[in-house]
Amino acid sequence: MPTDPALIRLSGITRIYGTGDAEVRALNGVDMTIRSGEFVAIMGPSGSGKSTAMNVLGCLDTPTQGTYRFMGVEVGGLSRDQRALIRRNYIGFVFQGYNLLARTSAMDNVELPLIYKGLRRAERRARALDALEKVGLSDRAHHDPSELSGGQQQRVAIARAIVDHPAVIMADEPTGNLDTARSREIMELLTRFNVDDGMTIVMVTHDQEMASYAHRLIHFVDGRIARDGDPRKAG
Amino acid sequence: MLWEPVRLAVQAIFRNALRSFLTILGVVIGVAAVIAMVTVGQGSKDQVTQDVANLGTNLLVLRPGQPQQGPGSAGGTSAPFDMRDVEAIRSQIASVRAAAPANTRTTTAILGSRNHSTSVIGTDSRYLEARDMPVVLGRPFFESELRAGSAVCLLGQTVLRELFGSGNPLGQSIRLKTISCRVIGVLEEQGVSSFGTDQDDFVLIPIKTFQRRIAGNSDVLMIFVAVREGISTERAKSEIERLMRERRRITLDEEDDFNVFDMKQIASVLTGITGVLTGLLSAVAAVSLLVGGIGIMNIMLVSVTERTREIGIRLAVGAQEGQVMLQFLVEAIVLSLFGGLIGILVGLALGAVGANLLRVPFSPDPAIILIAFGFSAAVGVVFGYFPARRAARMDPIDALRHQ
Repeated sequence: MPTDPALIRLSGITRIYGTGDAEVRALNGVDMTIRSGEFVAIMGPSGSGKSTAMNVLGCLDTPTQGTYRFMGVEVGGLSRDQRALIRRNYIGFVFQGYNLLARTSAMDNVELPLIYKGLRRAERRARALDALEKVGLSDRAHHDPSELSGGQQQRVAIARAIVDHPAVIMADEPTGNLDTARSREIMELLTRFNVDDGMTIVMVTHDQEMASYAHRLIHFVDGRIARDGDPRKAG
Repeated sequence: MLWEPVRLAVQAIFRNALRSFLTILGVVIGVAAVIAMVTVGQGSKDQVTQDVANLGTNLLVLRPGQPQQGPGSAGGTSAPFDMRDVEAIRSQIASVRAAAPANTRTTTAILGSRNHSTSVIGTDSRYLEARDMPVVLGRPFFESELRAGSAVCLLGQTVLRELFGSGNPLGQSIRLKTISCRVIGVLEEQGVSSFGTDQDDFVLIPIKTFQRRIAGNSDVLMIFVAVREGISTERAKSEIERLMRERRRITLDEEDDFNVFDMKQIASVLTGITGVLTGLLSAVAAVSLLVGGIGIMNIMLVSVTERTREIGIRLAVGAQEGQVMLQFLVEAIVLSLFGGLIGILVGLALGAVGANLLRVPFSPDPAIILIAFGFSAAVGVVFGYFPARRAARMDPIDALRHQ
């Protein structure tokens, strides 16, 4: 695995939904390389394939054609359970709608990924509390999501994403439901995990300002990469 | 390894306590019904066995009349027995422990202003032996009283209570029809039989007294025979039949004009009926358990659909198919085990109440409790499997998108 310096290497990725007349090419021959430690923003109009790209990158989906190497491993050849193991061990997810378990405390939400790793309860609690501390919510550990604001919920979701120190955080419009002030807080958090902990971040966003936190901006149009560069130079 | 899913399952169940309770209601009712049925059934069976033991396990009853007429029929046109038949059974059949005549008539027993309708039984001392009825107060008949046909009597507990209350009956006289009888003793309490009859409602008088002063003849209408310990009642029965055929001069090509009834037959018939009833009711209960299982499956399917997003989240953070499957399966099992547990408690309570109402002993069967528990776990596995598999096979992307 360490022979490939790239964390993520997509080549000729095509993702087709449906068959015959209903066939939709969500991705059409995408090549992309992301190195460890990068902070990448993905933008593009709806239907441009950016969400599909996120799903493929996050090993939730497999490409129809092309090869996807994650840390040197060909993901296309893996079973469902093997992909689950990659997600468990290397990928943290942050979603637009937070996706926290309802009627479940922040603590229990954050420790969820650790349950599937088979960690003992005491260690899970300690690490979940540590992750909540990092997002500034250790005093809300026993609150249910319904008792938290949107910004707080998203921070719990980030704590859940980073609780097992993943190699990469996949954030799908993490600020989509938040106001600007809250959004900046989230972006600052992500930046901190990128800079301080060396976590790679791949983020889909609609918001130019949020994209400017990234070092690299990839533009999708019609299932292809239209532009790829520094967000501060791209207009 | 399994503790964690169980903890999660319990959490999930209590998160939705009301719905969980309604879900398991089917299993609760099913298990409770099975347990209550079997408990009461077992109690009835024990009661029958005990009654027959009270009656005397080795008891044969001879009556005149065709055997087909059964033990309830009264002689018909067949000739009655007499005391010589009783003597012959006593002296000629070695397998007999005790043989006693028993002529019965319903009569009103009167003491002063009190009266009570009861059975007057004309018999002798061997009757007490044959029926294992000790005298608890006073004394049994003297041989001289039996020979002379004296006006003396022994009371069953019910008659004692009805006529004397808590007073001392010994030496007092009661009226039976035209006879004034001196009470010489009281017999031990026998209790109520499973047929519902009061076994203490009788007055014993010497057979000769009965024949002379009540019946006006020297017939013997019924003979009770107790078989010696260790000898089969079947053997004694055939010996008695042979003897009686000879005495009544029945030729080889003729049917018996008397019957010998083995009390064990009553026991086996009753036990059989009880068993069939218990079986039938248990089958109905088992069907309700099945319906309960389908209820669990239904709710688990709804639950899986409702929790699609949760499943998506779990899959996204790295849960494998087997782990999701296990979670929902364990949840179904824990749910139905809860149902089973509550059902067992409710069933035992119902069984206790039922046993009390039917006046049979409360005899819970540990085996059936274990079976019910195991069965409810099995219900969880069988009916939880399909919903759990559906959860495990969800596509994480679709699941996450689900509203």
